[in-house]
This record gives sequence, structure tokens and C-alpha cells, in this order.
Amino acid sequence: MSDVPVLAIFLGSIFTNNILLASFLGMCSFLVCSNRINTATGLGAAVIFVLFCTTVLNYVIYHFVLVPLNLEFLSFIIFIAVIAAFVQFVEMFVERFSPNLYYALGIFLPLITVNCAILGAALFMVIRKYNFIQSVFFGLGAGLGWALAIALMAGLREKMGYSDVPAPLRGTAIIMLVAGVIAMTFMGFAGMLSTS
Amino acid sequence: MMTALLALGVTTGVFVGLAAILLVAERYLANYGTCTISVNEGSAVLELKGGGTLLSALYENKIFIPSACGGKGSCGYCTVTVLTGGGPLLPTEVPFMTRAETRSGIRLACQVKIKENVEIHLPEDLLNVKEYKSRVSLIRQLTYDMKEVTLDLIEPTEIEQRPGQYAQILAPGPEGPVYRAYSISSPSQVKDKIQLIVRLVPGGIASTYIHSLKEGDEVTFTGPFGEFRLSENPEVEVICVGGGAGMAPMANIIYSIYERWPDRHCQLYFGCRSTKDIFYMNEFKALAKKHANFEVIYALSDPLESEEKWDGDTGFIHLSLDKKFSPVKKAQAFLCGPPPMIEAVMEVLETKGIAGADVFYDKF
Repeated sequence: MSDVPVLAIFLGSIFTNNILLASFLGMCSFLVCSNRINTATGLGAAVIFVLFCTTVLNYVIYHFVLVPLNLEFLSFIIFIAVIAAFVQFVEMFVERFSPNLYYALGIFLPLITVNCAILGAALFMVIRKYNFIQSVFFGLGAGLGWALAIALMAGLREKMGYSDVPAPLRGTAIIMLVAGVIAMTFMGFAGMLSTS
Repeated sequence: MMTALLALGVTTGVFVGLAAILLVAERYLANYGTCTISVNEGSAVLELKGGGTLLSALYENKIFIPSACGGKGSCGYCTVTVLTGGGPLLPTEVPFMTRAETRSGIRLACQVKIKENVEIHLPEDLLNVKEYKSRVSLIRQLTYDMKEVTLDLIEPTEIEQRPGQYAQILAPGPEGPVYRAYSISSPSQVKDKIQLIVRLVPGGIASTYIHSLKEGDEVTFTGPFGEFRLSENPEVEVICVGGGAGMAPMANIIYSIYERWPDRHCQLYFGCRSTKDIFYMNEFKALAKKHANFEVIYALSDPLESEEKWDGDTGFIHLSLDKKFSPVKKAQAFLCGPPPMIEAVMEVLETKGIAGADVFYDKF
């Protein structure tokens, strides 16, 4: 078991070890769905929800089903199946209760299934040997961190709409640059707490 | 061995559990109650359970609109005008729409989900489209890659079609059934069967299926579709330009014309690559002997091989049209063939004063 304090894991997964900016997981939807704050926060909220729930669910399945039966090698298949089913559920939920968000997210809602951040969090939880409470806060923190990053990016991109970007950098190139700068900024948090 | 069985059991258990949870969720979450679809100001009102797509709702209620891809949003044929309901235009539909179409509420039926009451508008023609069961009664090899297939209608037993319309053949595809459009080549006065001309496209789902059919096999199709409208006025001259399997609507138009108006002016321009692509030429020449005002022009676009014998036109078909057709007062043109041919022919027709609503074309 890892003996890192829960608060450190929680804050660490939001800031210093932000799953998007430090591990660069979940980049595809980050790049595409970050042109408007509304869409970005909507997707962010969906990712928080999915990431939190699937991490907890996967923890339970991993430690109470797979480990006792020595079937750890099944973790990839089981994790991704749980994630896929959960995303289906969220899709139905969003379609029913927030059609506008459903249409705004479009294909990226079902694509949360293959958002690497989600599977990444489940695997990190296993590799770093978190206990249940730690996993709960890690899942929540990782989701919040991802949502924070995409919301920041969307805010910057809305502002960038008015700026004079050099022609060769327009589009994805400038977004990658900005993402890099945000990532470096977040690394500045590393001195404030340690998650090792 | 134990581990393998255990792994299998656990995986199955988890998958079944997840599926069960999803089914329960779907039951409560994706339940939109009963919705109604009102077609053409209430001339048909469909009641159904919400949650499905407009396309499947229409098909379930025997309203067959054109659709080739089976609802994947990749063919763009299943357009309907949605007056109220149906949600906003989706990104999946945008590539198929012009701005005028977007403004007038045209949507792809396969992308519109029924979650509320919906009012739609369809061309009246489409309400007459039926699903037909038929049996292959005759297959003729026309050229090395072209077959003429005759389908005898089983249920319903008669079809009303306008010359130049098409049917959608239901073909089994690797990812479920697909519909593919084929023009009807039998004339409109023949009501108990339809004939198709099908070129074998390597890798093509439907053409492979049709070419594998044997006499006696059953085929399902929907129809008739299509906007070709032959003028009922015998003074109007008719120009047919076809290439390859684009012969089908032309044969229909020509035989329909000479059944009703033996003296009507009509010209057929047909483009082939080489002599081995030629078919129906003798039949049409015989028809031209009977009807003095019918003219047949075949042209070969590939350079002649040394062993080929050909005394007709050479070069692309629009060149023959340019040379042989002199402008008349009233004419209609029907074009069917590959897009470059259609574009070239349309340019020629425009210089001869035939354009706009008098030109019907089908690019494939």
C-alpha cells in the first residue's frame, strides 16, 4: 500500500501530476472540444463523473474479484469494459437530461470510452498501489484536473480568437504550444507538495 | 486450465452484469414515451415509441425513402424536411447539406432521433413507394461485366413507374443489409416485372450480390424512386445520353416513348470504351428501322485495337452529341453515367439551348 496522505494524492492529481498536462493522457478530446468554455466544462464534468465512478468501480472489481482469483492479467479487458459500459450510461443520461450538451459534445461523448485518461487513471491506481480511500480521491482529483485543464484551455482559446496568431501556427500548432506552456506552469506546483 | 476457465467465467460475468445494468438504465433513461410523426400536414400520422431514428420509424411504417448506407449517415440520401421537432442539425449531417437546404429544414432521417412529436414533409411520390418481393426470372450476360436481370414481382404484383425511375435493391452486406439504387430498364407499360442492368463493380456489395443471383432466387426491393419526368407532350424531342450501366433508364424511356408515340423524335447517344462494352445496339437499330424519328448513336472512347471493327463514332460521347444534335424548339434531355460525362454533356447541351428544368441527370 502506498502511504502518501490522501490530501496530497488529491491535490497532486489535480495540479502537480495532472493527468492531462503531466502524463498527456486524453489529448484528442482536449484538443478538439476546447474551443468553447461551455462545451469544455460540459465534457469536463462528464469526464469527472466517468473517471471518478470507473476508478472506484474498477478498484472494487480489481481488488475483490481479480486479485483473489489471481486474474490480474484480465485487468485491461475488465477495466475497458467497465469504462465502455459506464460511458454508454452517461451518454443516455446526458441525452435525456441535457440535449444541448449532448449535441454540443457530439461524437466526443461516446469517445470518452477511449479517452486514455480514464483507463490511465485505473491503471495508475493499480501501479501505485493506492488503497480504497486513496483511489477514490485519486479518481476524483484526476477528473477535476482534466476538467480544469480543458476549461483553462477553452478560456485561453476563446481569448485567442481575438489575437493575431502567426499564420503557420494557426490551428492545432498554437494549441499544442499553449498546452505545453500550461503544462510547464503546472509543473511549477511540484515544489509545493510531493506525491512520490 | 483452471485459470483459463476462471478468467472466462469472470469476464463473462462482468460483461453480462454490465449489459444488464445498461438494459435497465435504457429502460428508464431512454424512454421518451409515445411520439407521433405527422407526414405532409397530417396525410399520415405515425404513432410509435420514442428513442429510435426517424429513418427506422418511417421504414417500420412502410414509408420507404431512399437510403443506401443503412442509416450510418454516410450516403446522404435519406433527406426529409423536418418542420417541427427533431433537435438541431448535427455535425454528421452538415457535409451533405447546402445552406439553402439547412435553412429549409432538410435533415437526414437516419440522424434525427424521435424524442418528441415531429412534423415532416416528404415528396408525394415517396408515399407511393412500396416494398416488393420478387423472383429472378431471367439473367442475360450483356457484356463481360454487365448483366441484365429480370425480376418478376411476387408481392405486390404490379408496379407503377415513370420512365427513368429507379429501385433500391436490398443486398446483404458484411455489416448488415444495405440498399443500392438501380435504374429500371424495363418500360413503364410493363407492370408485372422490372429489369435492371448491373455492372459488376469489383468489391461492390450489391453488384456482387446481384451478379451471384441465379434464376429462381428471391430479391427484395423498394421503389420506384427518382425525379426523371418525361414530358407527356409528343412535340417535345427527347435526347438520351448514357454511359455503361447508364443505359438502363434510357432503355426504359425509349421503349416507353415508342409504345405511346410511334412518331416522337428521340435520339440515343451511348458511350462505351471499346467494342466489347457494346450491348443492345442491334435491338435499338431494329427499333430505329421501325420508327423513323428514332436515332441511335454509339461512340467508342478508347482508341480502336487492330482487331476491332467499328464504323461508328469514336471519341467521348459529348463530342458526338455536339456534332450530330442541332437545336430544336422544345427538347428534354436525360443523362445517366459517370460524373465527368454528365458535366461534359451538360456543357454541350447548354450551348444548344437545353438547360435547367429540361435536363435530368443521374451521376454514379
